Amino acid sequence: MSIARLAARSLRSAAPRSAVARSLSSRPGVTMFSEEENMVRDMAASWCEQELKPHVRAMDTKGEMQPEIVKSLFDNGLMGMEIPEQFGGSGMNFTSACIAIEEIAKVDPSFAILVDIQNTLTNNAIRFWGSQELQDEWLPRLATDCASSFCLSEAGSGSDAFAMQTKADLSADGSHYTINGTKLWISNSSEAGVFLVFANADLSKGYKGITAFVIDAKTEGISLGRKERKLGLRASSTRPVTFENVKVDAKNVLGEVGQGYKYAIEILNEGRIGIGAQQLGIAKGAFNATMPYLFERKQFGTRIGDFQMMQQQYSQLATEIHAVETMMYNACRMKEAGVPFIKEASMVKLYSSQVAEKVASKCIEFCGGVGFTEDLMVEKFYRDCKVGSIYEGTSNIQLQTIAKLISKEY
Amino acid sequence: MSRVMVGVKRVVDYAVKVRVASDKKAVDLANVKMSMNPFCEIAVEEAVRLKEAKKASEIIAVSIGPKQAQETLRTALAMGCDRAIHITTDLRTDQELGPKGVAKLLAAVAEKESPDVVIVGKQAIDGDMGCTGSMLAAYMDVPQCTFAAKIDLDAKTVERETDAGTEVVSFPSLPAVFTADLRLNEPRYATLPNIMKAKKKKMDTIAAADLVADLTDGNTVLEVFEPAPRAAGVLVDDVDALVDKLKNEAAVI
Repeated sequence: MSIARLAARSLRSAAPRSAVARSLSSRPGVTMFSEEENMVRDMAASWCEQELKPHVRAMDTKGEMQPEIVKSLFDNGLMGMEIPEQFGGSGMNFTSACIAIEEIAKVDPSFAILVDIQNTLTNNAIRFWGSQELQDEWLPRLATDCASSFCLSEAGSGSDAFAMQTKADLSADGSHYTINGTKLWISNSSEAGVFLVFANADLSKGYKGITAFVIDAKTEGISLGRKERKLGLRASSTRPVTFENVKVDAKNVLGEVGQGYKYAIEILNEGRIGIGAQQLGIAKGAFNATMPYLFERKQFGTRIGDFQMMQQQYSQLATEIHAVETMMYNACRMKEAGVPFIKEASMVKLYSSQVAEKVASKCIEFCGGVGFTEDLMVEKFYRDCKVGSIYEGTSNIQLQTIAKLISKEY
Repeated sequence: MSRVMVGVKRVVDYAVKVRVASDKKAVDLANVKMSMNPFCEIAVEEAVRLKEAKKASEIIAVSIGPKQAQETLRTALAMGCDRAIHITTDLRTDQELGPKGVAKLLAAVAEKESPDVVIVGKQAIDGDMGCTGSMLAAYMDVPQCTFAAKIDLDAKTVERETDAGTEVVSFPSLPAVFTADLRLNEPRYATLPNIMKAKKKKMDTIAAADLVADLTDGNTVLEVFEPAPRAAGVLVDDVDALVDKLKNEAAVI
């Protein structure tokens, strides 16, 4: 049959293009969410607009979170997103948690880190490795009224987390441990009702003695140091936490003694994606705060958003934001699917913090002089984003992690 | 305890900057964010509060529209309604299906469900017609209390917001139709646990044509256009010049 007749035949019998395209596409894109996930996004965005946004600047200036807003997070189910319903949680998936973290970060990255640490670190660690007793005791509280902190770093151990010196000495009768040491850079410490603490139960075993403990913040011997005066995330309380002969019942060991190092690594592998969600929110928050201004401000008789150089720059930024978004939600889906995701999560953390910084910085420039003042929020996003390349695994550590995994592939 | 029926409408989100479609026949809805009409949210909230106060036994949320209207109904369920009815139609709900058609459809559902209390928003923010509630009460042949700022089912009174101030009206009996005004209440967020619970609540579907044969509206939209851009103001030297301009140029006094 001649080519022309073949083509004519296929044109006549072809189904409408959109129908064909739809039937061939069998899996949704990572930024196509389920109905519930979209409802989470809408709800989180509304909540942020009404309850959080009006107070963000004041909380940043004061360096404090308003307790009523923290309570509202709990009342609306945002602090126990993956905790099962029978414990009073919202019973949702990891992607939903990241959606909420992203939406909150678009408005206040300090609140986003509170919600991120609670959901992706504390709640999940207790769900994965906690005894039934620990879960029964803490999951309902974490879902409804108890904020938490993740106590890993110390003055002498940041990236080298396993060099921690906080000790946990087992009593002679084996009933309890006595914790001594000081943790540093602990986020949410002012708000926390419970600490997830990593201490070494046997320093002679090196990192294989590290044990995780779930410790009530009101336990005798725990004291909080002075709040750090930070460049950004100022509303988030970052303080040293000192443990002085703190007695902790043996039942409060999370999982097994000496396995704490493993739990820390594994939970941080996932928490990384949550940080990616926060950084994505920062980038989008800065971008969304800036773009309307570009189409209002005129110079030389033209809206500055219409100048070619501006178009080139904000298109580039939007493209990189989109890349982070697809990367981050893809890592969420990989984790949910139960396939290995450590390399991808590390890439998300690394890249999202780079993009957030680049976007926030450029957005200040786009806004001109006023971008450098507190009249606009964009300066806050710039200050808030900087720690993104530092906490929960510095960018250098991420690069090293990725390199190690790549080298295994070749 | 009463059975409550609430009408909810999926409209353009209040924060969206609407644009007129190029054919000037309608607002451009492509890729535009849609949400529950704010006055419908207030209506749902009132119904849920009645249930929490044990004055209502069941809340049925009803919406008319394409498949996506189910998202709005899910939000109503997540706020606390018990079940939902989706009346399907391909008519544009921002202009083709008018208050008359909506009122007929809701009346048809009310005939089947026999609610004691019907609450709808006072108006939808797309059409801004403000007629549906009153027309519905007429079709149902029941009392109507519009622009309600406070509803007291026990005392059978409603506080209405008017331009002159608050007015208290009484209604003789239920069933009755109430339309929700802005200050009736402040709607809750759908908490995350309730979003998950909403998945399991019942949602029935029925075609609009199966309920009501004739949905033609009395009005036809001829053209949709944006208001003229604001012209620059004029500085005047004194009050006399101002009065002169208001009277003779702007013709507003």
